[in-house]
Amino acid sequence: MATTTSSTGRTTIRMRSQGVASRIAFGALLLRDLTVLKKNLGIFIARTLIQPFLLVFVFLFVFPKIGQGIGGGSGLAGESAFAAVLVSGVVGLSIMFQGIQAVALPLANEFGYTKEIEDRVLAPLPVSLVAIGKVLAGAIQGLIAAAIVFPIAYAIHARGVEVHLSVHWVLLITLIPLTSIMTSSLGLVLGTRISPRNIGLMFGFIVLPLTFLGGTYYPWETLSAIKVGGFPWLQALVCINPLIYVTEGFRAALTPAAHMPLYVIYPVLVGFCVLFLWLGVRGFYRRVLS
Amino acid sequence: MFTHNPGNDSNTAADEVIRCDKLTKRYADGDILAVDQLDLSVYHGEIFGLLGPNGAGKTTTVGMLTTLVIPTGGKAIVAGVDVVAQPALVKQMIGVVAQTNNLDRALTVWENLYYHGRFFGMNRKEARAAADEYLVRFRLAERAKAEVMAISGGMAKRLMVARALLHHPSVLFLDEPTAGLDPQARIALWEILDKLHAEGQTILLTTHYMEEADALCNRLAIMDHGRILALDTPKKLKESVAADTIVTVSATGDLDALARLLQEQVEGATRSQRLDTTIQLHVKGTTGVLPRVVTVAEQGGYNITDLSIAEPTLETVFINLTGKELRD
Repeated sequence: MATTTSSTGRTTIRMRSQGVASRIAFGALLLRDLTVLKKNLGIFIARTLIQPFLLVFVFLFVFPKIGQGIGGGSGLAGESAFAAVLVSGVVGLSIMFQGIQAVALPLANEFGYTKEIEDRVLAPLPVSLVAIGKVLAGAIQGLIAAAIVFPIAYAIHARGVEVHLSVHWVLLITLIPLTSIMTSSLGLVLGTRISPRNIGLMFGFIVLPLTFLGGTYYPWETLSAIKVGGFPWLQALVCINPLIYVTEGFRAALTPAAHMPLYVIYPVLVGFCVLFLWLGVRGFYRRVLS
Repeated sequence: MFTHNPGNDSNTAADEVIRCDKLTKRYADGDILAVDQLDLSVYHGEIFGLLGPNGAGKTTTVGMLTTLVIPTGGKAIVAGVDVVAQPALVKQMIGVVAQTNNLDRALTVWENLYYHGRFFGMNRKEARAAADEYLVRFRLAERAKAEVMAISGGMAKRLMVARALLHHPSVLFLDEPTAGLDPQARIALWEILDKLHAEGQTILLTTHYMEEADALCNRLAIMDHGRILALDTPKKLKESVAADTIVTVSATGDLDALARLLQEQVEGATRSQRLDTTIQLHVKGTTGVLPRVVTVAEQGGYNITDLSIAEPTLETVFINLTGKELRD
């Protein structure tokens, strides 16, 4: 706040226009979140790496070595095809994990008994911008996660297994931010709807199903083989899972393999973004105001 | 310097820092009327207190004035800004110290101040200077690098006050500032508030400690069930009791009958009230009160088990208004 001290010693206060104050406060909130990220950088990187590392290590290194192929039984060629499927899945999955964790977990603390979010809610900007700032900080962590994970997923595999990638840069540089914002918005929804006490359950009941039914380990198209009475029920069911559009998107961006059409992927991802942001901001309002 | 006389009848609308018109909050769950058509003005430079028991509506009132609780009726203007219409603008003008320790646990003591300054538009250099200055001013400089969970309750409260003042708010809100503090920390905080008052800082605080309200506040509103029961300076509130001596009597037997007996027969008694296990008797004059009470009670066949005598306090005022004790 701008202040001037008059000769009488009394401080007079000058008000900033709301737009200016909001812009400054929004930047400062981001700065605060990035400072906290920087403090916990080691944990952040470890958290980002552990899951993709294990996935890639087991599926692309251990499995081929022990002859437990999962590439459709066609030997090294099959393994290589699976590697391409998995790499795009792992990149999508990592962004989603970061997005959700970066927003939902801190919020659970900040909404907790002490309500430490209050000081930021009382910063001179609309409450919705405080929530959006959380999403943006989470999205930035998603971006960093993508940058860290991609080289690993690409590099680790057993000899003879080749990861054939063909990168479509336009898709990649649009999908990564879009996915980051979508997943951190989902984190806002989860963080504001789930009580701090139950936040641990979020992983078991929400994140895990999203992961396993999100096309991380298989392309969406192949699910058409699973049918009841001629209806590909699993393929239809996973369409409610936002992760499927992410992994299919990265499949389109990174591999020459078949994928869900882009004219489906982009609008649906944008739709999920809008939906989650709306739900998340509403949930945030409900948690901080009464 | 500060020359305004708070509570003076010459207060004008121009001096009003807070104004509530029929401010009301009804919580949807349970249909509780937490604050019921509150009318209130707080003037520049005064320490104004909301005194009342838990559940009186004090915290909800502060919540509405600080934009965190949305009123269901009426209007509130803080520093000239409507809190419902322009909450983001109001937030520029207020400093808030919450009841619980809501310091940012991801940051150090110093960083809590620094980032708060940044939120309120200070640049890097200004925020740094302000954080340094306020740490010294609030005797926290030695713990600048400490995690906020590692400092004592009294220090945490001082840090919260420092943070709330960092951006020079028009009015400082404190919700139960000394609840849970040890006596020493409480006195230290009172000294800080006294000093702020001397510097001209407008303060609104809530408390359920009558000593605190009496010692600190220029004017007080006594609240219960979401309504203001009385509003005046502590002195005038105490004078409103219209007695010089308050006698508290414990005795065996029918206390209601004893209460009536004492009021009828003790010379100078103006009022008597049966509380849970005691009787409170208001008496004009101070000399020879106790013997008179003992004589009347014993003639009536009562055994007095305890007897004490005091000047009227805000507690007396509260009991007068509500028929119950403040801390029960």
